[in-house]
Amino acid sequence: MKILISNTSDIPLYQQIKDQIKDAILKEELVENDPLPSIRAFANDLKVSVLTIRRVYEELEQEGFVISQVGIGTFVSASNIELLRDSRRRLVEQKMQDMIQTAKALDITKEELNAMMDILYEEV
Amino acid sequence: MASILEVSGLRKSYGNFELNDISFTIQEDCITGFIGANGAGKSTTIYSLLNLVRREAGTITFRGKDISADERLFKDKIGVVFDSSSFYDELTIQEMTSLIAPSYSEWNQRAYQEYLDMFSLQKEHIIGMLSKGMKMKYALALALSHNAELLIMDEPTSGLDPFMRKQFIRILKTYMEAGSRAVFYSTHNTTDLDQSADMLIMIHAGTILFEENKDALLEKFRIVKGDVKLLPGIQPFMLSFDKSNYGFTGITDKAEKIKAAYPEVLIERAAIEDIMLAYIK
Repeated sequence: MKILISNTSDIPLYQQIKDQIKDAILKEELVENDPLPSIRAFANDLKVSVLTIRRVYEELEQEGFVISQVGIGTFVSASNIELLRDSRRRLVEQKMQDMIQTAKALDITKEELNAMMDILYEEV
Repeated sequence: MASILEVSGLRKSYGNFELNDISFTIQEDCITGFIGANGAGKSTTIYSLLNLVRREAGTITFRGKDISADERLFKDKIGVVFDSSSFYDELTIQEMTSLIAPSYSEWNQRAYQEYLDMFSLQKEHIIGMLSKGMKMKYALALALSHNAELLIMDEPTSGLDPFMRKQFIRILKTYMEAGSRAVFYSTHNTTDLDQSADMLIMIHAGTILFEENKDALLEKFRIVKGDVKLLPGIQPFMLSFDKSNYGFTGITDKAEKIKAAYPEVLIERAAIEDIMLAYIK
């Protein structure tokens, strides 16, 4: 799992770490029952406070992505993944709707839009 | 989270200095940094909670038990390191250790020897001949070799070079990995705390100014830089600022508001040092 923390970002540290763990679960780099590092070891490696990692684990547990077992550790729980995938998909759909509206307002045809999409999709 | 040490209503006065009924908590599994200007009361707090100077009032509990009920037990479970070492200069390391080790119920000779090797300390070394850094390492070796649950240190890194400070931080973190432990240390080197602390407690003029999760504290404040012309509008949102002919630099806890109203200003993350100065100014 790769975790990069940006010091120039406005997003709080705990949020950055949480989002990246979620991404790793979504991309199946982390799968059901995989152990997450101990709070102290993870905090040491990422050079953040143990309190930040504790918050990340607590929130991930509330959202159903991990299960923590007292004295044993924290483990990935994949039961919510489909739900999250759906909600991410909806996010893309919303953006596409905005895009299509703008295109229609500018009289861009569906074929032109598809062509633009093909080009941009390869570029990004 | 469980607390390991609770200090409540601690009072001590010397002439015109007074520790003013201070209270704070050291949490288990956390490295707590103790910060404040010279003369703010850091050492007095540490000395009086260790009963090295007599406190006038206050209760200190270690894992829920009042330490005055069994001070020996408390001292057995903690490791201490001071800036000015309290060793006999004319003794060798081995002689000094042979005086200290028997007072601990869980002295671990093997761990001690490993620390001596790691720090390149030899038992024949005479304490008075050691450099400041080597003395600190010796004190640290003693503090770490009796299965202490809490390390209390007064400016352990003052006068150490950056390499030794880095090693010191690495040792603290390794120490914490065992779990159910805690570290409480005072320092002026706030960059060390940027790298090591989980909690920060700031003292000023004998009063605790804040006791906070370090990352949350750093999230709260931002440095603002901008044109002096904007100053009249922004000033009310800043805790403190400096200005020159070319612009101003200040610190704020309302970065969102400033950014919304003045998108042209620069907003950057603050360091512990910036936040400390903002509190004292």
